[in-house]
Amino acid sequence: MAGENGALRQGGGTLDANVARHLLVTMWRIRAFEERLEPLKRSSTVHGLTHLSIGQEAVAAGVCTQLGNDEIVYSNHRAHGHALAKGVDMGRLLAELMGRADGCCRGLGGSMHVVDVAHGFFGATGVVGGNLPFAVGAAFASRLRGDSAVVVVFFGDGAAQAGIFAESVNLASLWQVPVVFVCENNGFAEFTPRSAHTRVERVSDLAAPFHVTAATVDGNDVVEVHRAFGEVLASASAGKGPFLLECLTHRRSGHYVGDPGGYRVASDDESWRDKDPIGRLVRRGATEGWFGEDAARAIEAAARDEVEAAVAFASASPFPDLTLPADLTYAR
Amino acid sequence: MAHVIPYIAAIQEAIREEMERDERVLYFGQNMATSPDDPFLKQFGPARVRVTPISETAEIGMATGAAMAGFRPVVELYMAEFLLVAADQVVNEGSRFHFMSKGAVTVPMVLVAGYGFTYGWAGQHTGSIYGMFMGVPGLRVAMPSTPADAKGLMTTAIRDDNPVLFFHHYLLALTEGEVPDGEYAVPFGVADVKRSGSDVTVVATGNTVHSALAAAETLAERGVSAEVIDPRTIAPLDVDTILGSVARTGHLVVVDQATRHASAAAVIAAEVAQKGFSSLQAPISLVTALDSSIAYAEPVESFVLPDEHKIVAAVGETLGLAPLPG
Repeated sequence: MAGENGALRQGGGTLDANVARHLLVTMWRIRAFEERLEPLKRSSTVHGLTHLSIGQEAVAAGVCTQLGNDEIVYSNHRAHGHALAKGVDMGRLLAELMGRADGCCRGLGGSMHVVDVAHGFFGATGVVGGNLPFAVGAAFASRLRGDSAVVVVFFGDGAAQAGIFAESVNLASLWQVPVVFVCENNGFAEFTPRSAHTRVERVSDLAAPFHVTAATVDGNDVVEVHRAFGEVLASASAGKGPFLLECLTHRRSGHYVGDPGGYRVASDDESWRDKDPIGRLVRRGATEGWFGEDAARAIEAAARDEVEAAVAFASASPFPDLTLPADLTYAR
Repeated sequence: MAHVIPYIAAIQEAIREEMERDERVLYFGQNMATSPDDPFLKQFGPARVRVTPISETAEIGMATGAAMAGFRPVVELYMAEFLLVAADQVVNEGSRFHFMSKGAVTVPMVLVAGYGFTYGWAGQHTGSIYGMFMGVPGLRVAMPSTPADAKGLMTTAIRDDNPVLFFHHYLLALTEGEVPDGEYAVPFGVADVKRSGSDVTVVATGNTVHSALAAAETLAERGVSAEVIDPRTIAPLDVDTILGSVARTGHLVVVDQATRHASAAAVIAAEVAQKGFSSLQAPISLVTALDSSIAYAEPVESFVLPDEHKIVAAVGETLGLAPLPG
């Protein structure tokens, strides 16, 4: 990371056309899924508290598409994008959100607690910051096993003000474990802007005192996220310690579906619409010759078709068995 | 064969033996392994035996992550109250994952904490706070009263695939007793009848087991036969053994060092009131700490705690005996 702590990197990297295409596919799958989710939630087809990440897809795509199934990801309450990008099946994810037996957690976890061990998605936690030390422990386990499997944990800028953040980053640094803390700084901690929480503008500024290398990138530029995370991943895999990557982005929807959003500034939302990560990649793809507009539209259409298939799959799934609480509260 | 060692050494013996048997067992904690002569550090090395910063939340969360990734960490917390610093990680994170993941994830982790240091440690280091965890789904709660149970329950705790809170009583730390040699596991959810009797059932946990046994001795001299039962784990709780005893004695006194309204005793009483009501010949009696903080001054400290005399008096009242002299 060249020690550029806190430096906002401008997009400048380039990509293989196949990788670029895969990133667009990933972002469209997340976007189409969550756009469909909103009416499903409003009609109570989706049962519980639901947090959308519309506008933030570049971070999930740029990070998770570079990880294998043996590289663990921990997510937070805004988990759908991370899960889809990490390989969780869309139909099973939607069935989980609808509380159905074919959900990836048989309907016991829901939107905030998605787990899919086969894809290295060890789970999402619903309490802000609660997942951070899990990643330190999993990365310590990598070191004990003697492999170099990197662990990634996503957190929001709101979590950085919690004590658990400092404790976890300190321990990761002290023990030099291969963990990457990926901050999605979307400017809001739940319902209030970052300025109401702290005078520290950049989360990456909080890493240097712990001797953790950190960088801030434009989190709405998927090419840049992909490049920056690729560097960090290589360094962490090589045993060069923990890293923190802050991705500046913007949550285009409320904190949760149904959030009245009175705290949001309309002009900000407008300006961020131009920075939408999908639109930017489509424009960039045409310029770079990665894919034409028709190809981009076909990718969108395929994603929306996949979502409809997921809706059909999940809707056909029964509700879970009432024996599950007695069977699964404890491991036997 | 058996050997005689202190309660606290029996806990250490179980951890050491399990670390020898299973290299996935790790041992973390504050202020441990600080000397190169530390026996655990010498035997198992710094990869498996590690000192942690004063960061209970990260310690327990890190152990949870390591457990999900296939290891079996034992975290030394020293004081039960320090669990409260990390309450989210103890109550609401690792304990939930097996259920929320449809059983795909297990968290085999032991959190070791001492409690009840009622020897001048005053308001913040003397609590008997196990009761608040016995209702947390996914958590196991063990609380041995003897060196043998301490070893056997720790062995089981390390082998269990769930997060286990292992509460040892500080006033028992140096109490010596016979401990079986070699591999020894006490199953969870199986109460131990520490003394058989026919007139009254006395259920007690931790240090109060010894108060109850002393009370039973006094009562025997007065012709009252008390049965003393130690549940040994309060989650799972062996209600059946208690109900079976009450069916024979018809009388129940539950002793607990916890404050009355956060005690395991209150839960035990509720179970028996519902499931064993027809056996009861008198109201259930609870002998607990008062709903008060523990005082520093010795006479006030003693005043709020259960003891042998309060147990004898409660048994006398339950059986409708004339008040017994001191």
